[in-house]
Amino acid sequence: MAAKTYLTHEDISKWLEDMSSQATVLVPASVDRAVKFVPYDAQTQIVLEHQATAPPKEAVFPQTETLLKYRYKKDTEHPETQPLEVKEDVPEDKVVVFGARPCGTRGFVIYDRVFTSDTITDPYYKARRANTAFITIACDQVENTCFCHWVGSHPADSEGSDIMLFPVQGGYLAQSVTDKGDQLIKQAGGTKASGEQQKEADTIQARVREELGEAPDISDVPASLLQIFDNLDFWNDVSAKCISCGACTYLCPTCYCFNITDEAYGLTGKRIRTWDNCMSYLFTLEGSGHNPRMTKAHRLRNRVGHKFSYYPELHEGVFACCGCGRCIKHCPMAVDIREIALRAKETADDEQSVSA
Amino acid sequence: MSLLEDVKAKIKEELPNLDCVIGWKQGFDPLHATPHFMRTEKDVDQLIYDPLCAQNLASYLPGMKDKKVGILVKGCDSRSVVELIQEKLIKRENLVIFGLPCSGAVDLTRVNDEFGFVGRITGVNFSDGKMEITTPDGSSVLEIKDLLLSKCQTNPYASPVLCDHDFSPSGGPAICGQGESDALQALEGMSLEQRFAYWQYHMDRCIRCYACRNACPMCVCRDHCIADTREPHWLSQETDVQQKWMFQLVHAMHLAGRCTECGECERACPMNIPILSLRQKLNREIKELFDYEAGVDPEAVPPLLTFKVEEANINERGW
Repeated sequence: MAAKTYLTHEDISKWLEDMSSQATVLVPASVDRAVKFVPYDAQTQIVLEHQATAPPKEAVFPQTETLLKYRYKKDTEHPETQPLEVKEDVPEDKVVVFGARPCGTRGFVIYDRVFTSDTITDPYYKARRANTAFITIACDQVENTCFCHWVGSHPADSEGSDIMLFPVQGGYLAQSVTDKGDQLIKQAGGTKASGEQQKEADTIQARVREELGEAPDISDVPASLLQIFDNLDFWNDVSAKCISCGACTYLCPTCYCFNITDEAYGLTGKRIRTWDNCMSYLFTLEGSGHNPRMTKAHRLRNRVGHKFSYYPELHEGVFACCGCGRCIKHCPMAVDIREIALRAKETADDEQSVSA
Repeated sequence: MSLLEDVKAKIKEELPNLDCVIGWKQGFDPLHATPHFMRTEKDVDQLIYDPLCAQNLASYLPGMKDKKVGILVKGCDSRSVVELIQEKLIKRENLVIFGLPCSGAVDLTRVNDEFGFVGRITGVNFSDGKMEITTPDGSSVLEIKDLLLSKCQTNPYASPVLCDHDFSPSGGPAICGQGESDALQALEGMSLEQRFAYWQYHMDRCIRCYACRNACPMCVCRDHCIADTREPHWLSQETDVQQKWMFQLVHAMHLAGRCTECGECERACPMNIPILSLRQKLNREIKELFDYEAGVDPEAVPPLLTFKVEEANINERGW
């Protein structure tokens, strides 16, 4: 493994400045007490100490994305026809996401299996993904809502990142993990990390890992969720306090459901892709008026089921959850998805012991 | 017996006649209370009541209209219950209301501001108007009056305006209703251009999750909101300030003279957008025009839900 580079906070500022002349650099910034990723400029109030309120998911999967623009033309020679001019809008901008946590970055690894699989490739997603680099900070503290270790990750997980930064006194130890990262780290300057600094970084990582504690075994939760699929008493009970808003979904680094809508203005218009929200009544409302997910119990079942059962079943057991805990922390009613997963397992076990 | 024990005893007494009683219990950590639907005596034992119990549980009532439900309310929450009764969105006879004293509801954003970082809190204690917070690194004491939700400042009903079991006399002196909202006052002092810039700045970070809408006890269109539907196409799916702001205006207008200023919209917002001030502004207008306050009298008819040929404060023909 390549030696790490020590970057002081000053080096980092200079590096951000340099990178922002070649790409859009997204950094977590405080906007009136909410922290979200915004394009860097020298005035930006960067917040690197804690996890951002909103993850960097808009970097690769914007909340609104124009897929194509169209225009109906008038052909006076052939008034019975209406030729249509269509212009595709594939993104080309280079983006660097700086300062996300491993959980936020790792969300895109979960997207990749969906948007860039062998059978289906989404050109918009693929283009953004290829043009985006991630410089991720390993965690130096744990929050009560953190559970990345439940879902096969850890506070220094480099999966999905191009460069990892490990917090130490006065700055970070930087380590490139991809070719993209090698290119970027060349511009960073800095000095070769000393053995002592390396030891310091390791000590911090060991402490953080220990503070997270033991993760429960959730490997049988996918099967449990299928087993209790029709147990509506369970789903009514765990969803009672849910208010069916989209805070959990829209702040989730792994939620990728979307809508496609044509927004027409006279003869012109655009086709946009926007985030969808499975907590909304409209999510599966059918044209006939029938809705297979009538109540919030059905909808919460889908959210938990998708993350902890249907997705892992399709993708080698990988959970569609990065354990960042935003859905718990920012839920106005403090709904806890960890509790629901564990109770699902417990309920399925109880059902089995009764039927045995 | 302590207040909490008294309340628990009364809930257990009523429980056999009810589908459930809605209160609060500790959430995923000591800083977070979470709504608690009590069906058994064991559930009742988990009940908590302290300044962290900020959620207005009345928001759940319209969805449980035909059930026999008990509900715990603070003074301000009770106004939402009354307004729902006024609008016939819930049935009084199906409700058992437990009225609690309130010593202020804590705003977790302000706790974060004062304390620095609230992600790793291991213990919280309240005594004599103070909140003691413990973390693995030690503990600090903060004054509750510095941590209140903005609604506490303006909502003067410390005791429930309607209840079946009144526990409020056992509370200390009220600390709510001490003045006008800071955000509203600041807005009143701005020029039109400044106000526009203010809302553009704040609405930009809205993520359109509609937590504000769904946490609102008076937001009654529920699954049939114009913000979601394509027919009529009043709002597009685009995430621009125009759409987000349009929704806030629609929401605020629909709440004029109905909003009980419980502040759930603002508390629920994960992006900390100060949207309560909009509802407060419209309520001040309603107060001036109709001398009416939402949710204080179950018999009163809200002025925008009725019609009078001659309004006392509106000069319609005198031009």
